Amino acid sequence: MTVLKDISREARNLAAVFEATGAEVVELDFLQISNVLLDLYGEDIRGRAFITNDPVHGEMMLRPDFTIPIVERHMANNVSPARYTYSGKVFRRQEEFPDRPREFLQVGYEIFDGANPEKADAEVFSLVNEALSGIQVRIATGDIGILMAAVRSLSTTDTRKKALLRHIWRPHRFRTLLNQYSGLSSKPQPNQDLDDYNKLLDKFQAIGSRKVQEIKERLRQIKLESETDPLDPEEVKILDELLSLKDRCMVARSHLENLSKKMPGIESTVDNFATRLDFLKKNGINIDRLDFEGSYGRTSMEYYDGFVFGFYSETHMDLAAVATGGRYDALTERMESGKKIPAVGAVLRPDLTFLLREKNHD
Amino acid sequence: MIRLGVPSKGRLMGQTFDWFSKRGINLVRSESDREYAGHIEGIENVQLIFLSASEIPRELFAGRLHFGVTGYDVIQEKLVRFNQLVEPISELGFGFADLIIAVPSFWVDVETLDDLDAVSAQFRDKHGYRLRIATKYHRLLREFLMEAGVADYQIVDSQGATEGAVKNDLAEAIADITSTGNTLKANHLKILSDGLILKSQATFFKSLTAEFSKEENQVANLLVKKLSAKD
Repeated sequence: MTVLKDISREARNLAAVFEATGAEVVELDFLQISNVLLDLYGEDIRGRAFITNDPVHGEMMLRPDFTIPIVERHMANNVSPARYTYSGKVFRRQEEFPDRPREFLQVGYEIFDGANPEKADAEVFSLVNEALSGIQVRIATGDIGILMAAVRSLSTTDTRKKALLRHIWRPHRFRTLLNQYSGLSSKPQPNQDLDDYNKLLDKFQAIGSRKVQEIKERLRQIKLESETDPLDPEEVKILDELLSLKDRCMVARSHLENLSKKMPGIESTVDNFATRLDFLKKNGINIDRLDFEGSYGRTSMEYYDGFVFGFYSETHMDLAAVATGGRYDALTERMESGKKIPAVGAVLRPDLTFLLREKNHD
Repeated sequence: MIRLGVPSKGRLMGQTFDWFSKRGINLVRSESDREYAGHIEGIENVQLIFLSASEIPRELFAGRLHFGVTGYDVIQEKLVRFNQLVEPISELGFGFADLIIAVPSFWVDVETLDDLDAVSAQFRDKHGYRLRIATKYHRLLREFLMEAGVADYQIVDSQGATEGAVKNDLAEAIADITSTGNTLKANHLKILSDGLILKSQATFFKSLTAEFSKEENQVANLLVKKLSAKD
């Protein structure tokens, strides 16, 4: 029987690894204003978080994770570089998996420092690895930054690139769009010309906040899209190779370097990947045994846009990840302040790490 | 005592009574019309409980009702993993309603969910907030749109007169039940071609969480036998 105080002790042990760096230990609010979370995560968060109401702030949520409170905290402090560590409960509704816990501890570590991103990436990863020593783990890594760079360097319209970038985190939808733009599947064709649409438009009453002008603008976009050439098959091939890449990091590295010769737009992100590997090696990580997956991190939270990683139990495959983390440079930009503050961080699950340590002893 | 929940109001109640009596079961409402209680003619040990159709799922789930008549739509909205909690015995053939997504008719650029997704992106860029969809079916809508990969929208709660939400500038689109589509048309709305979330009708459900004593089980079997027979 797992005892609460054992998990708390495990949490303190994990946190000690992060505190040893001199990181500021922070306490964060349980209640978060819904709008901020909704704005970032979208409506889906309402299906995952416990919602309550405040007579002044309106809808509030029990924190489903620490990302937003920690970023808000940092923006209020506004001192960079900064390192934070925290430990506390998060709350999740479990509709899909009723057996999973609705509240559990998380221990986390975040670095806000734009000076040397790859070094900071490696630092977070190495500390997590250290905190998890003694547990048999399978490690997955990826790099959303390379994917985004590949999409940005497609020789096609900005509208298409924007649509693809928006759906990087929804692989199915991304694929649908990619197929449409490649001419592999039918794309929505305007079945009337613009004049006909405009006539049709006059037949109905215009209601709501979306104005006639916006409709006309989109009709022009649809027409433009129907006249745009399919994506270059060579470029799509490179994108597909990136997405399906799954190998040891060192092998992946030479693949990526070859790909970047054919698609120069990804070169700088591939360089960053290589630099990160060097830092990881310097930190004593066995990079010869480290895996890389081109698509890793695409189904997780929408804010990761660079290095991503997850640690999973090698013995208990059914368990959720014991640690996950990554870089989220664009997140602060999307929040109210609009100021870009490069950041990377990770969270660990002391309930799971404790369980696995116990099983080790059995 | 078997507890049977039936809709307490309007046409749905009348049609439920008719449907039962066609199958040889006469529901009788207590002498006073105002009292929400009743029994079944000729069958002992059944208590009628009159409830709003939207409260019946909760009572079936809690096991306070053994049986209940309500729409498939509210069962699916209110009960997570509903098929482990209630068992549909019969579809009643009325109370037909489709849960659909509708947008203003003058959105001539929008026909499908893909369009809705593209418009959500455009709308957010332009207006600085997420496109609002008014509904009372939060869960069903959210799951449907997640499956479809629609992003950048938000749900606003609307418990009634949802079709008016766009005109009143409370939302840009709606998700609601419709039978004929006339109310939608009157409110300048049209249904997305692939915007059907689910088809619903009044259904006779058995609770899988309620406890049945030996005696109650006999009555329950009798009810199920009479009510699951095809016309």
